[in-house]
Amino acid sequence: MDFLRPASWEEALAAKAEHPTAVPIAGGTDVMVEINFDHRRPEYLMDLTRIGDLYEWEVGQDTVRLGASVPYASIMEHLRTELPGLALASHTVASPQIRNRGGVGGNLGTASPAGDAHPALLAAGAEVEVESVRGSRRIPVDDFYTGVKRNALAPDELIRAVHIDKADGPQQYSKVGTRNAMVIAVCAFGLALHPVTRTVRTGVGSAAPTPVRAEAAEDFLNAALEEGGFWDNGKTITPSVAKQFADLCAAACNPIDDVRGTASYRRHAVGVMARRTLTWTWESYRGARRTTEGAA
Amino acid sequence: MRVHFTVNGRPQQADDVWEGESLLYVLRERLGLPGSKNACEQGECGSCTVRLDGVPVCSCLVAAGQAEGREVVTVEGLADHARQRARATGDGSSGTSLDEAKGWQAHGADSRTGEGAELSPVQQAFIDAGAVQCGFCTPGLLVAADEMLERNPSPSDADIREALSGNLCRCTGYEKIMDAVRLAAARQSEGV
Ligand SMILES: Cc1cc2nc3c(=O)[nH]c(=O)nc-3n(C[C@H](O)[C@H](O)[C@H](O)COP(=O)(O)OP(=O)(O)OC[C@H]3O[C@@H](n4cnc5c(N)ncnc54)[C@H](O)[C@@H]3O)c2cc1C
Ligand code: FES
Ligand code: FES
Repeated sequence: MDFLRPASWEEALAAKAEHPTAVPIAGGTDVMVEINFDHRRPEYLMDLTRIGDLYEWEVGQDTVRLGASVPYASIMEHLRTELPGLALASHTVASPQIRNRGGVGGNLGTASPAGDAHPALLAAGAEVEVESVRGSRRIPVDDFYTGVKRNALAPDELIRAVHIDKADGPQQYSKVGTRNAMVIAVCAFGLALHPVTRTVRTGVGSAAPTPVRAEAAEDFLNAALEEGGFWDNGKTITPSVAKQFADLCAAACNPIDDVRGTASYRRHAVGVMARRTLTWTWESYRGARRTTEGAA
Repeated sequence: MRVHFTVNGRPQQADDVWEGESLLYVLRERLGLPGSKNACEQGECGSCTVRLDGVPVCSCLVAAGQAEGREVVTVEGLADHARQRARATGDGSSGTSLDEAKGWQAHGADSRTGEGAELSPVQQAFIDAGAVQCGFCTPGLLVAADEMLERNPSPSDADIREALSGNLCRCTGYEKIMDAVRLAAARQSEGV
């Protein structure tokens, strides 16, 4: 095995072009487990922790550019306002020690259906900035996950940053597991209200071969909210609408039975989380409307 | 490969390091510092917790080469680290040498009371509160608890639970550990 230590992003791209099989290592919280257990013996290990840019973030007008290696702990501490869904999801990852090292770039690299960043990114709206010596491109996060632990990266590409839409309304993240810490999701659900575009977006984790959006459920809810004038009148969402939304979210799942849970439990739990996160976010939207518009 | 880094305030070098090796392995097997424990090698138990550039991490998940040029504090250097912090001034002779660290236990310590040993406040509190049974989880908990007390001198119970949520203990049931951290916080605030 060779240990590559690029000192800059350009050096990293050049190294990856020369050795496309090189395995990047950032926080190492996925890679080192595989090496420790002899599940992986890469010819080249490429350390990304010397590349300072990857640990930086920039808050822009409409989006946050989040460097690939920004650890979860920093997202929780510094980006709670701009990226509430991702900050909540980050807080559910593993433990303080893991959150001090692991980040969204590694989560995307692994592309596990259970990765906690994914539902939050899908619900918020995001693009993954990837680059190789051939050039740079932006992949909409919806197109990034291509199969179980597979993603859209070419062998010579690296993830540089993720551009995430800044929250324009309340966001929530919900996760089912056996305890509060150190738990891989049995299933998870992210939801973001986008009052500016009058849309609701979702992300479902660990309930299909890849993280997915429940698009039919979103379409139904968007139409129902529009039709009922909910965005303007700020009324409580009708229970039948919430239920239909929850059922459609459950139907968007294509889960499996495994050691963490059965397929039917996952479908059920996704429906419950969909209804709850919708209620939480909608109530907070109504609350914010009341304070900003002074309406009762 | 060769790795140079600072361990407990002193520059160290490890030779013949395999590229896929963990920092935990280097500390235990190459530098002879067995304080950081190896239980799961998959980030689940926290018994290998060390500070890497000040930040608590699972040393089993840090590739040895990633520690190049960085600063590591292990449980063996915790007493010195706490002393430095209390003094808040470097006097040049700080740090814990490898020999001191390896021989840490041998300084006439009574392992039941801690008497005669160099202990950080949080270590003494673990002994006084009876928070150590088999002791396997203790080094990781000490490093994590000490870091929390550095950041947050008067933690709530929820803060303590959160800070220690990455450290598993199979003996104590955690209540005595909670007692120990509360005790260390109280003593710290009294300046004892
Ligand atoms: C005990 C434990 C508990 C965990 N719990 C959770 C959990 O609750 N939720 C969760 O989502 N995850 C969990 N994980 C998994 C892991 O922590 C996350 O997936 C984390 O986001 C990985 O980030 P990292 O920087 O450590 O990645 P690394 O391990 O460094 O890399 C992961 C993958 O991404 C690739 N990669 C990294 N950076 C780049 C880049 N810039 N460009 C291209 N490829 C790259 C690597 O080659 C590798 O394939 C857990 C892991 C452990 C050990
Ligand atoms: S040995 Fe590192 S976390 Fe268990
Ligand atoms: S005292 Fe035995 S594992 Fe904690």
